[in-house]
Amino acid sequence: MIINGVSIDATFAEAFPMKATRAIITAQNEKWAFIAAQAMTGFATSVIACGCEAGIERCLSPAETPDGRPGVAVLIFAMGGKGLAKQLETRAGQCVLTSPTSALFAGIESDIKIPLGKNLRYFGDGFQIAKVIDQTSLNPNLAKSSSTTKRYWRIPVMDGEFLTEATTGQVEAIGGGNFLVLATSQPQALAACEAAIEAMRKVPNVIMPFPGGVVRSGSKVGSKYKALNASTNDAFCPTLKGMTHTDLSADIESVMEIVIDGLTKTDIDLAMRVGIEAVCALGEQHGIKRISAGNYGGKLGPFHFHLQEIMA
Amino acid sequence: MSALTFTLKIRPNQRVDMSPLVCQHLHECEPTEIAAMPLRCGKQTVRVDELFSISGTDSADIIIKNSFDKLDFIGKDLAFGSITVEGDAGAYLGLSMTAGNIIVDGNTGLYAGAEMKKGYLEINGNTGDFLGGALPGNKMGMKGGLILVKGNAGDRVGDHLRRGMILIEGNTGDYCGSRMIAGTIAVMGTTGRHVGYAMRRGTLLLWNTPYISASFNDCGTHTLAFLPIMFKAFASLNSRFAEPATAFNRVQRYAGDMAEMGRGEILVKH
Repeated sequence: MIINGVSIDATFAEAFPMKATRAIITAQNEKWAFIAAQAMTGFATSVIACGCEAGIERCLSPAETPDGRPGVAVLIFAMGGKGLAKQLETRAGQCVLTSPTSALFAGIESDIKIPLGKNLRYFGDGFQIAKVIDQTSLNPNLAKSSSTTKRYWRIPVMDGEFLTEATTGQVEAIGGGNFLVLATSQPQALAACEAAIEAMRKVPNVIMPFPGGVVRSGSKVGSKYKALNASTNDAFCPTLKGMTHTDLSADIESVMEIVIDGLTKTDIDLAMRVGIEAVCALGEQHGIKRISAGNYGGKLGPFHFHLQEIMA
Repeated sequence: MSALTFTLKIRPNQRVDMSPLVCQHLHECEPTEIAAMPLRCGKQTVRVDELFSISGTDSADIIIKNSFDKLDFIGKDLAFGSITVEGDAGAYLGLSMTAGNIIVDGNTGLYAGAEMKKGYLEINGNTGDFLGGALPGNKMGMKGGLILVKGNAGDRVGDHLRRGMILIEGNTGDYCGSRMIAGTIAVMGTTGRHVGYAMRRGTLLLWNTPYISASFNDCGTHTLAFLPIMFKAFASLNSRFAEPATAFNRVQRYAGDMAEMGRGEILVKH
C-alpha cells in the first residue's frame, strides 16, 4: 500500500491489555488545571520503569466539568488494577492535592471503583468533611446505580479547601498501539510526528504517553543483558544498518515512533488512522518514506493493529 | 394501570395508623384483600374500606385523597414506589422509609421523615417538629435520602441527623440541626434559637444569619467548591433550590458545636 508516495508496511502493531482510569482536574483557570495535570502525568511514559503510562486527554470547558471551572481530563494506564490504584493515589496526592486551587473528580464510570480522594482525606487530619450527593434521592426517575451516589471529600488546605471525589472507575484498556515513521532525515521525521500528534490529540479516549507524544528510542522485547527485558530496537536504528539485521533501506536516516494507549481497540484504530493520514499528507516530498509498526512476532501482546487494514 | 387511590370517606375522631398501606404490602394483593386489610384507629381495628373508598390497581403508585392530620405513619418503611397525599398528613410520615418517594400537598405533623434511610420526601406545606429526626431514645435520625419542605418546619429539624439532606424553603423553629452527627440541612428562611445545638459534624447551610451560640467559632468568609456541585444536583427538583439564581459559593463559616465534638459547620450565605 502506498499513500502519497509513503509506503505502508504489511505489518501490525502489537498491543497488550491494561487497566485504565480517567480523572478530571479543575482549577481556577485553565493554566492551573493544566499545570496540575502536567504534574500528575509526568514521568509516566512507559510502564517499563514508570509504573504507569499517563497523559492529558484533552482540556475541558467549564460546562463539561463537575464544578463549572476549567478542567483537564487525564488518562492513566497500568498493567494491573493494584498498580493503577497506587499510581493514581500517589500522583493525586503529590501532584493535584498540592497544586493551587485544584479539585479532582472521577472521569469514568465503572462498576470497579478505585480510590481517588478516599485515602487522601487523611491529609485533613480529622478536619476533613465528607459530602454524599445521592442523585436517586434527588431525582426518583433515575435508574439506581453506583454512579448515582457520589461521595466527595473536602480537605482543608492552606489555600482553602481541596475538593475531591472519593473514587473513580477502573476499566479494561489497551496499551502499546504504535506506528513508526521512517524518514530521510531527523527533522523530517520529527515534523511528520508533530503533525500526527496534533491530529491524534483530537481523538477521544487515547493518550500518546511519550514526551510530546513521540518516542525516538523504540524498544524490542528482551536484551543480551539478562537484567533487562527491553532494549533498543536495533532493526530500526539507522546507525546500525550495516551491522545488524536491519529493517531499513539505505535512504532512511531517522525513525520515530508514536505509541498510543486507548480505552478500546476502536479508539486506537481511529487514532492510528488519523495519525498516519497526517504523516502521509506530508508525503514523500517531505522525506517520509515508510510507515511501519512495532511487530514483535506475537511476543508482546494479543491485540494486533494491522496498518493496511486500518488505512484501507 | 391507574394509581391505587384511597379516598377518605369519613374523618374518624381517633388517629389512624396507615403503615399497612405501603407499596410493598399491597404488591400482588387483590382489591378485596386490600379492602379487608385491618387498620388501627385509636383503640379499634377497622377495615380499610370502612374509612376509604378504593379505586385503581397500581400498587406502586398510591394516592391518598382527602387526607387529614390524623392519618399517621403514611409511607412507613416504604421500600419502593410512590405515595401522593392530597391534603395533610399526620405524624411519622415516611418513618424509616428505605426507597421510593412521598409527596404531600399539605402540612404534616411531627417526625416526618424520621429515621428515613433513602428515598425522596416532599412536603408542600408546613411540617412539625423533629423533621428527619430520631425517635425518642434512638441515637440516629435520618440516614440518607432527601427531604424537601416548601413551607416552614418546627423545632429540632434533623435531630441526630446521620446522613442525607433536608432542604427547607421556609423557616425553622428552634434547635435546627440539634445533635447532628453528619449530613446537610439547608434553610432559605429564618432559623430559631440554638442553631446546631450539640452538633458533632455536618453542615447547616443558611440564607439568613442566625443567632450564633457562643459555642460556635467564626472561621471567616470562604468560597467553597462543593457548593456549586451541590446546587447543580438540586437542578432536577421542583423547588426554589433548583433555580440557578439560588446558587452561591461564598459563605461565612462557623465551626461547632465546640461544646460537643466541634467538627460541624454553619455556613451562612455571604
